[in-house]
Amino acid sequence: MKNSLNRELPDQIMSDLNYRPFESTEIGHPEIQRTAPVVRVTTGNDKVTDDLEAVVKNNVHDGMTISFHHHFREGDFVFNRVMGIIMDLGIKDLTLAPSSLTNVMNDTVVKAINSGTVTHITSSGMRGSLGDAVSHGALKAPVIFRSHGGRARAIENGDIKIDVAFLGVPNADRLGNANGMYGDAVFGSLGYALMDAQYANKVVLLTDNLVSYPNTPASIKQTQVDYVVEVDKVGDPDKIGSGATRFTKDPKELKIAEMVNSVITNSQYFQDGFSFQTGSGGAALAVTRYLKESMVENHIKASFTLGGITSPMIDLLKEGLVDKVMDVQDFDKGAASSMADNKNQQEIDASWYADPDNKGAMVDQLDVVILSALEVDTNFNVNVMTGSDGVIRGAVGGHQDAATAKLTIICSPLVRGRNATVVKDVATVVTPGDSVDVVVTERGIAVNPKRQDLIDRFNQVPGMKLVSIADLQAEAEKIVGEPKPLEYTDRTVALVEYRDGTIIDQIKEVKD
Amino acid sequence: MEIKKTALAGTLESSDIQIMLSKGTNGIQIDLDSEVAKSFGDDIRRVITTVLTDFNITDVNVKAVDKGALDCVIKARTIAAAQRALDTVNEPAWEVL
Repeated sequence: MKNSLNRELPDQIMSDLNYRPFESTEIGHPEIQRTAPVVRVTTGNDKVTDDLEAVVKNNVHDGMTISFHHHFREGDFVFNRVMGIIMDLGIKDLTLAPSSLTNVMNDTVVKAINSGTVTHITSSGMRGSLGDAVSHGALKAPVIFRSHGGRARAIENGDIKIDVAFLGVPNADRLGNANGMYGDAVFGSLGYALMDAQYANKVVLLTDNLVSYPNTPASIKQTQVDYVVEVDKVGDPDKIGSGATRFTKDPKELKIAEMVNSVITNSQYFQDGFSFQTGSGGAALAVTRYLKESMVENHIKASFTLGGITSPMIDLLKEGLVDKVMDVQDFDKGAASSMADNKNQQEIDASWYADPDNKGAMVDQLDVVILSALEVDTNFNVNVMTGSDGVIRGAVGGHQDAATAKLTIICSPLVRGRNATVVKDVATVVTPGDSVDVVVTERGIAVNPKRQDLIDRFNQVPGMKLVSIADLQAEAEKIVGEPKPLEYTDRTVALVEYRDGTIIDQIKEVKD
Repeated sequence: MEIKKTALAGTLESSDIQIMLSKGTNGIQIDLDSEVAKSFGDDIRRVITTVLTDFNITDVNVKAVDKGALDCVIKARTIAAAQRALDTVNEPAWEVL
């Protein structure tokens, strides 16, 4: 079968897993039944232990679904520790349902797949040795990739039913009141983990910092927690801020950032009280610097910024250029540590942030978003999941969710090395072209023909030259040449959900 | 033309290619290491082979480590390596350029 983007989907798997093909970005007004967790009743006086092995042994059994958060990013000590115990105990056939998988977890997951401990995975993304293993068919069952909002939706409606959540926190009291703001391994917002804390049947906190009761502010509450496990260290503070975040000096990226800024400031959305979000790519981050100058110059302030937060955003908050930072995760140390001191840096959970099946999510209120891409095609579809070799090396993240903004800008260099970024057909569709408004490369700005209002507006701006997306594609191909089509086997190794739970694309096993 | 000595041109920087030529006996043998081998491996081999053929080099072992170089870069690095290998650096082969 094919979906509305003409992507071929595997009939048998679609019907086995009860999936519908993607149709439209419109969510509509369906009525949704949410689920609730099983609660083992206690007065809470016996939650603290240092025997992690006993907790795992008594609570994790064959065939269960377990989860973790990725707020420690590349500095995570919790995942490998817990998974090591699970493998040692010989537990099999688990579904792994973390908010995402970072590189530091890769080798453990590959080992757990090979030993039969993990047989199903749902995640925002994966990279490195794990992405490589999955793309070469290591797992029998297809991995399900979901956006951050899509994961929140799936947890709420029971598509993901978490039996045990293992959540590392930099502080907790003896009943499990915890936050991400104080302690050694501070990561700021607990946004993604709050879903697990609210909906998992068993919630196991791991902390290296047991504080006196009652601990406030309590992002995770004692009413949700079954165990508080004391460990030596939950994370490496120096590596929490590493990973996706980097600060660019690349003149090409700076040029792109400047062009993006001119798209924003010449749009109808750039007025006092506007809102915006940026992704974690080099150019996307640099936009904040240019935008700041334009805001000061034009006496314009933003009502809020949203999503994954970086230090430059916090600077805007401190300087009074932004009223509120709505924070689901923190990409660097500066953003993580400032949450404790700024009452206007508000922690939000993944549902509030981006869940489409909601009584209103914040992404629906968003004016402008700047996102990056591995590939974008002439239908404006975006791939942030598979590389030029067809291997999984990315994450949906909040890409699909944030792209519902009124002005969605994709920015990227036209080519990276010998790989074209603007192509005829992306290898994997993650975000549908219908939600993308503008593509910015250093060689020109292409506006989605569906946004005639923006085209008319930008054509009035002196010095702003628009090109067609087909022109960008042709120019990229002129530089790098025409690539040989990738070869895949018939096996489906992953399905990519759209945020509403329909299937937007499949990823096939690569042929080597 | 016969390879007189093993010669190297290019770096391992992004968007470059490093070409090493050494004596061979079995035609033009290319050992290519490239992240874009799946999409552009045939193109890269074709460019290297064309340049070597223009130099009348028939038997050579080529070790190519590609970091996403464009055709013009591959051509330039192969020419440089060929002239070094043939010991003709002081007599540029204008007709090949």
